[in-house]
Amino acid sequence: MEKKKLVIVGNGMAPGRMLEYLFEKDSDAYDVTIFNAEPRVNYNRLMLSPVLSGEKAYEDIITHGDDWYGAHGVTLHKSAKVAQIDRNEKTVTAENGLKASYDKLVIATGSNPFIIPLPGKDLDGVLTYRDLDDVEKMLDAAKSGGRVVVIGGGLLGLEAAAGLKMQGMDVTVLHLMPTLMERQLDPAAGFLLEEEFKRRGIDVRTKANSHEILGDGSGKVKGIKLDDGTEIEASIVVMAVGIRPSFDLAKSASLDVGRGVQVGDDMRTSDPDIFALGECVEHRGMCYGLVAPLYEMAEVIADNLLGGASEYTGSVTATKLKVTGVDLYSAGDFAEGDDREEIVLRDASAGVYKRLVLKDNRIIGAVLYGETADGPWFFDLLKKQSDVSEMRETLIFGQAYQGGAPLDPTAAVAALPDDAEICGCNGVCKGKIVGAITHQGLTSLDDVRAHTKASASCGTCTGLVEQLMQVTLGDAYNPAAVTPMCGCTHLGHSEVRRLIKSKRLKTIPQVMQELEWTSSGGCAKCRPALNYYLVSDWPDEYADDYQSRFINERVHANIQKDGTYSVVPRMWGGMTSSTELRAIADVVDKFNIPAVKCTGGQRIDMLGIKKEDLPEVWADLGKAGFVSGQAYAKGLRTVKTCVGSDWCRFGTQDSTGLGIKIEKFMWGSWTPAKLKLAVSGCPRNCAEATCKDIGVICVDSGYEIHFAGAAGLDIKGTEVLGLVKTEDEALEHIVALTQMYREQGHYLERIYKWAKRIGYDEIRSQIMDDAEKRKAYYDRFVFSQKFAQIDPWSERVSGKDKHEFKPMAVLQAEAAE
Amino acid sequence: MNAETRSWVAIGDLADIPREGARVVKTDRGCIAVFRTVDDEVFALDDRCPHKGGPLSQGIVHGSSVTCPLHNWVFDLATGLARGADEGSVPVTAARVENGKVLLAADDLARRAG
Repeated sequence: MEKKKLVIVGNGMAPGRMLEYLFEKDSDAYDVTIFNAEPRVNYNRLMLSPVLSGEKAYEDIITHGDDWYGAHGVTLHKSAKVAQIDRNEKTVTAENGLKASYDKLVIATGSNPFIIPLPGKDLDGVLTYRDLDDVEKMLDAAKSGGRVVVIGGGLLGLEAAAGLKMQGMDVTVLHLMPTLMERQLDPAAGFLLEEEFKRRGIDVRTKANSHEILGDGSGKVKGIKLDDGTEIEASIVVMAVGIRPSFDLAKSASLDVGRGVQVGDDMRTSDPDIFALGECVEHRGMCYGLVAPLYEMAEVIADNLLGGASEYTGSVTATKLKVTGVDLYSAGDFAEGDDREEIVLRDASAGVYKRLVLKDNRIIGAVLYGETADGPWFFDLLKKQSDVSEMRETLIFGQAYQGGAPLDPTAAVAALPDDAEICGCNGVCKGKIVGAITHQGLTSLDDVRAHTKASASCGTCTGLVEQLMQVTLGDAYNPAAVTPMCGCTHLGHSEVRRLIKSKRLKTIPQVMQELEWTSSGGCAKCRPALNYYLVSDWPDEYADDYQSRFINERVHANIQKDGTYSVVPRMWGGMTSSTELRAIADVVDKFNIPAVKCTGGQRIDMLGIKKEDLPEVWADLGKAGFVSGQAYAKGLRTVKTCVGSDWCRFGTQDSTGLGIKIEKFMWGSWTPAKLKLAVSGCPRNCAEATCKDIGVICVDSGYEIHFAGAAGLDIKGTEVLGLVKTEDEALEHIVALTQMYREQGHYLERIYKWAKRIGYDEIRSQIMDDAEKRKAYYDRFVFSQKFAQIDPWSERVSGKDKHEFKPMAVLQAEAAE
Repeated sequence: MNAETRSWVAIGDLADIPREGARVVKTDRGCIAVFRTVDDEVFALDDRCPHKGGPLSQGIVHGSSVTCPLHNWVFDLATGLARGADEGSVPVTAARVENGKVLLAADDLARRAG
């Protein structure tokens, strides 16, 4: 039997999707011919903005390439604009003379940009923003720089403005209404958006009514004049005030048209063999310009082409702005009204604004700015008309705050019902994605996109899809994405460490510049981390930045709750003497130190010292031979020991001597987090070495080295690194292990967490089995110690920035009057 | 009141304060932390976090913010308002630099004294 003939006029996203649905159900039902007015294959129009801004190339946004048409036996006529439909003969004819006959016809002519009938609208340099041709014209114009005036502060206009700004042009946006995107946003969110655009250096003018586009006399744009007489110079004017369904072809074929090509719920036009699809459609009085409804229509038509009886009943739409760095989500109706209540959350410093409009305890509108992760959840509640009275108090904080569920976004995704919509563009619900992952064994984001289309259009739900993969696959999912170091960057600790080395970044400002930090001066999280990484990686070249260190490391003492400090002098291996104790007692008396305590690391802690007394306290301690105990440092703290073979009847080796030797070798070294060691003289383990970062248990045959213990927030016994025969070997292994940790650890990551991340076996093989590697680690540690073993106390006592411990001034009451 | 009619008290040289750091000025009514940003702006806040009384002068200065050393509350140096999820504010004393000298506004100081 000969196949029926399906002809499609238009090759946008909607017919592309319709064909996918059609071929999925029955790939042999039709011979398909497409007439495309554009000279190219099908691409993702939602992604034009990233192409304009330069973040993507045309090749990146192709959805159906030539090979796709080939593989599905589709005839694609490019640059073939259909001029005429002959409904009696059932044929279409293109302007270039190509003709095809059809059994079923789909009109998907899309929309045309609305051109305001201003004087000068036909000048060279007046552009619209609709397809790739427009983008190419804009990019071409942007090359010569100058100013572009974008008329229209709606979705398209703002995306065009942001893109052209990124291309280096000066940009002015003219918007007729008082606030931007007034159809999708309330005035407060519109204002935040306006501020964001202004912050990017885009000149935004609201309530601006264009009067005339000015020419330079040779037919080219030179500027624009507003109703109030203002003139703005411009080399390009982009009109982005809206779209009009394109229905001329349908009209000339005497099909019913209104605002668009009119269709019934079965998506048929007034001719039952002709369907209309996409932006050209008027359905129940509505025209749609967003992709989600178009895809719903596409599915209905695909089914009806195969004899089905599907119906399209209209869509509730949600909007996202696709401008990098602007998070904005809006859905439903958010006008104020007497029968409506609203819930508003603002966080000015974080730039967050959220507003929900409720009617009869149901969400009817949602505007989210700055923080949009809960958008799909609110939209789901809105579409389902769910009663939210039970969770009204916490509703605005989002899904993660409901029902005592943990605040973990993954848990929030896990809690979503199966029919919750994840991808708004493609109408993909959670159940479909989870089903595809489990049944088809998908493990990568690209696979999931390919199979379900979820996050394949505008991509803003990518995070949600990844979380869903995480929930479904558990540990089997290994996302490329990482947790950022802090809010100032999207890079994780490992990438930052890698890039510091590979790009040879040697100052904090350089790291922030090269790695595109999003804040001007970092924050209290990233600055100390970067300072450590640079100290660790470039010990000889990097100048330690004290202002990036936490106060304890800046003043070599530990800040206490009342703003005083505690001071811990070093007692090597926990040994002390009467002279030392006498000196401590004198200091305690002299400075009226209120508390003295023994620490867990076998040291003496003097608490409650005023900052301005610190240098004198150190001076006195220094005279007795004390140096800083670095009890404040993310660095080597203490080596705790037992009395070992010197005194103990069970002692097998000189544990005290080894402890002192290790401490004297390693003091002053900075590490990702604090590093506490212990050496026990026999397996009775009185120095508690098996819960330390690194521990040694002496045995008759030598020294058993342990690592990765914890006895703080977590409790964890150590892992055994291995057994060595001599003290020198023990020292070399411990130092090499420490250096490996110094080079790889994330800031504030204790050794047990690092070891778990890297793998115990990997560490054993590098430190125990690979003598060359071990030696190299050891040598690098020794090199860095040349610059690290400077007693900070004596340095500060001898005058380094000593004045900083004193008040800058003392003001009496009179002085202030 | 505008700057021209205000009177100012000199407390020392800008160079006395480390960049991205702070120094303390003692007054009868508690200490004032005087901050210097990376681009040499100066700000003065009461040296007392509204959360648990932490000395803000000892915090890390980043951009135009300081993070309290005790529990990491972040304050805007210009307004004294807590940033992020925390709520609170620290009294501000107007500060400026003239010819390398750091000046505090006398009326703000007097208000503290009163």
